Amino acid sequence: MLDKLLPIDPEVAARIDSLDLSFNKFGFDPYGISKKDLVRFMSVFSWFYRHYFKVDVYGLENLPPRGRGILVGNHSGGVAIDGAMVMGSMLLDAEPPRLPHSMIDRFIHQFAGASQFMSRTGQFTGNPDQAIRLLRDDRLLLVFPEGARGTAKLAKDADTLVTFGTGFMRLALETKSPIIPFGFVGGGEALPTVANLKALGRLLGVPYVPVTKWGLLVPKPTRFQLLYGKPMVFEGSGHERDDVCGAMVEEVKEKIRDLIRQGRQLREKKITEADLVL
Amino acid sequence: MKVLVTGVAGTLGRLVAMRLVERGHDVIGIDRRPWPNAPESIEMYEHDIRKRTAEDVFRTRRPQAAIHMATVTHLVHKSPDRMRVNLYGTRAFIQHCHKYGVKQAIFVGRHTYYGAAADSPLYHTEDEPPMSAHTFPELADLVAADLYASSALWRYPEIATCVLRIVYTLGPSKHGTLGSYLKGSTVPVVMGFDPLIHFIHEEDAAEAIVTALSRKLHGVYNVSGPSPVPISAIVRAVGGRPFPVPATLVRLGLRRLALPNLPPAAIDHLKYPIVVDSDAFKRATDYQHRYDERETIDAFRAAR
Repeated sequence: MLDKLLPIDPEVAARIDSLDLSFNKFGFDPYGISKKDLVRFMSVFSWFYRHYFKVDVYGLENLPPRGRGILVGNHSGGVAIDGAMVMGSMLLDAEPPRLPHSMIDRFIHQFAGASQFMSRTGQFTGNPDQAIRLLRDDRLLLVFPEGARGTAKLAKDADTLVTFGTGFMRLALETKSPIIPFGFVGGGEALPTVANLKALGRLLGVPYVPVTKWGLLVPKPTRFQLLYGKPMVFEGSGHERDDVCGAMVEEVKEKIRDLIRQGRQLREKKITEADLVL
Repeated sequence: MKVLVTGVAGTLGRLVAMRLVERGHDVIGIDRRPWPNAPESIEMYEHDIRKRTAEDVFRTRRPQAAIHMATVTHLVHKSPDRMRVNLYGTRAFIQHCHKYGVKQAIFVGRHTYYGAAADSPLYHTEDEPPMSAHTFPELADLVAADLYASSALWRYPEIATCVLRIVYTLGPSKHGTLGSYLKGSTVPVVMGFDPLIHFIHEEDAAEAIVTALSRKLHGVYNVSGPSPVPISAIVRAVGGRPFPVPATLVRLGLRRLALPNLPPAAIDHLKYPIVVDSDAFKRATDYQHRYDERETIDAFRAAR
């Protein structure tokens, strides 16, 4: 198989080894995560993360070194490059490294290959039962409350936010998990989408097919800014009325908007790292 | 205790019956299949659970407890009769228990109850609804039998009814859904999918059933063994070679491929995992499986 030919980066392997996961006799954790596949994939991905793209990560100290938590941030850029970069920062930069479980759109697991890859790396279809179980197991979740509406933003709107779902807040309240807000800047530049083909998407079984300036769905090498804010803790049961929960979501959304704004200013060199308020 | 076991001639039925005898119970077995060379201490009746003669066994022998294992899957039984065996057989079982003063009834069901889908969570809990009944008609009768047995919990509160949803069994007998699938040196899998498979050693499954009986368990419980393993790893571990087939081809040629008895909807079970949470059962009984994932697979492989 091709995957056996892929190079293995010993540094990446050491980081994956130090993850707080327990593997059974066949090398799989209880959720089917394969250490071997993670190492293989991250060894290749680390080149993209460090060399093809470049990610300036700020506020890694705001991440819980262990225990439950929900990473919540903005989506942009046609496909979920932002998700991949967050994953990279958590596995390749954070100390200690952590494996976030993204709550992905349900269409992804319907595709051959994608399903297998996502299953072996701990990326599951967003589902409240699944999310609560992972949090109670003290795992780290990655949630984009804008969902596919978020990636569908055209390049010109990349730094704006669309409607947030409230599911992540209910999960946080019910499991008493801190929310770590993050802002991601540059998605619109890597893959500047000018249109989304919805009808073609329906035909292929995806929400839409993004069209970039250069037609192809290939991201150009880009420098990204990724800012992690201070953990936000909310009190409640998770069964609050929608308006109560909505107000809490608004607070997180405001924080993310602020992180994006600061990230944009960093990108345009209007401020420096010393000016950041995370 | 006098324990009646239906479906006693099946693989799991035999293991349960032998265990009960070892623990000093009087075992009465009912099965429409013969059990040649059954131990003499087991009282065998070759009857169909739906027939009057089976009711007579309840009437004359008056068991204190009964275990229902006379349900069949589409794998062994393809005719429409399967539905009747599962539904009317389960009804007859529950009604006889009620009518003839059985104190404890155990229904042995399957974890496939929860169904496999792209968006189903790992580790199903007992309160989750069955999601496969509509997409997988060959499974609907088993789901209905499970729900019918569960209804005895409120229909006949005087009976301690227990419904067990057990994961795929695997072991030296080479029987069962997973065992039949893994036979052969080349095992077709769906290209690009590699679902986790939850399995338990057949001896551990039998022990779980006997444990449920001795603990007078009441309610619906998932039963599982070691943590799940992806299908491709299992195929390799039993010495086979996974043969990836694109999903569309599987759908077209399912009956002609090496999967002679699999209905088309079974493809979802080769694409997506069904993994259950059995914490409630473990808490209620202190049950612990004896065979880990490697030992279970080795036991299957060694019997080749």
